[in-house]
Amino acid sequence: MITLFLNSLFVENLALAFFLGICTLLGGSRRVSTAAGLGVAIVVVMAVTVPLNHLVYRLLLAPGAWAWAGLGQLDLSHLSLICFIGLIAATVQILEMVLDRFFPALSRALGVFLPLITVNCAILGGSLFMLNRNYSLAQSGVFAVGSGLGWALAVVALAAIREKVEGDEGAPESGSQAVVFVTVGLMSTAYLAFAGVRLP
Amino acid sequence: MSRLTTAFRRPLLEENPVSVQLLGICSALAVTKSLAAALVMGAALTSVLVASNALISLLRNVIPHATRLVLQITIIASLVIVTDQVLAAFAPKMSEQLSIFVSLIITNCIILGRAEAFAMTHGVGESVADGLGNGVGYTLLLAAVGAVRELLTQGAVLGFSLLPLTKDGGWFEPLQILGLPPAGFFLIALFIWLTRLLRQRLVKPAPVASGAAR
Repeated sequence: MITLFLNSLFVENLALAFFLGICTLLGGSRRVSTAAGLGVAIVVVMAVTVPLNHLVYRLLLAPGAWAWAGLGQLDLSHLSLICFIGLIAATVQILEMVLDRFFPALSRALGVFLPLITVNCAILGGSLFMLNRNYSLAQSGVFAVGSGLGWALAVVALAAIREKVEGDEGAPESGSQAVVFVTVGLMSTAYLAFAGVRLP
Repeated sequence: MSRLTTAFRRPLLEENPVSVQLLGICSALAVTKSLAAALVMGAALTSVLVASNALISLLRNVIPHATRLVLQITIIASLVIVTDQVLAAFAPKMSEQLSIFVSLIITNCIILGRAEAFAMTHGVGESVADGLGNGVGYTLLLAAVGAVRELLTQGAVLGFSLLPLTKDGGWFEPLQILGLPPAGFFLIALFIWLTRLLRQRLVKPAPVASGAAR
């Protein structure tokens, strides 16, 4: 479990090793404060959707899931994509309403990020990896929190670097995009070092 | 130039979805280890994009504004499932290699971006041309990155040996670093810079579009 957690946090970092959610990573890393809000939103949505998707898949979609109803032959696994994305979109909406009602401060801090997260590939990617690697319910929870935190760490670190590099004035818009990519590339190189770490 | 050819040609270089609009970067980084993978991924994305642009453009007058994102995502997801199944049936090896990235076309910002920015406000013909242009623009960039990475890690492109490897008695020592994740970022950065240089020559006065969606 701890190995899985650390693995998803560092070695198999969704942003820097699998390139998931790069669009949001680049867009949301202008300032550390926005990046932190985005990071928290990702962790929360990941932690909720990946285990939920796991349950949906196991109870409704997996081959033989309907055996109790006499439909043992039924295999709905090809519907998993559309169910996952629907569930993610619904979760984000509900989360938005719940946060707005009970935690208005947090809701204000997350602001526009929650809706954006629906189309973040890190979230969908997390669910798909969970499926690909046959995680159990507990494992998928740990994996979700670990990789969510890993993504959050990456976006905050990138935002901190960009704030230092670009300063308040900011580099000219036209040249800076390529520079940001090189920055992310260097971070990704640093993360390669984790690949050499053998966890017990 | 007619509106159709404009809609097709603009995204090829001037408005290239990857290197200018900075959309769909995730997959551009992940599947470009070889040219073949890049081409298949490009073809998959192009077919989904053309079909989704056409469908959404057809439905643009009946889609209610409030629920448009949900409907668009549903249309796109259905198309992606079809593509994924076709690929798994006819090219199982390639499907394995691309793993989850074909499924991730759903959340590829190019598709939803073009649906929102173009198909919702234009006719079917133009939307198809726009989808085709963006798809080909995406494929071109992926193919370029894929070719460079494959050439320098394998000494061969699509299985044709161009640089004889040292282990086969040639002179070329493969640069393994280009197969690693960071190399994708560096190469894309290089291509962004190149496209912008080319673009400045082509369209002198136009203000540079701010690429990333905030």
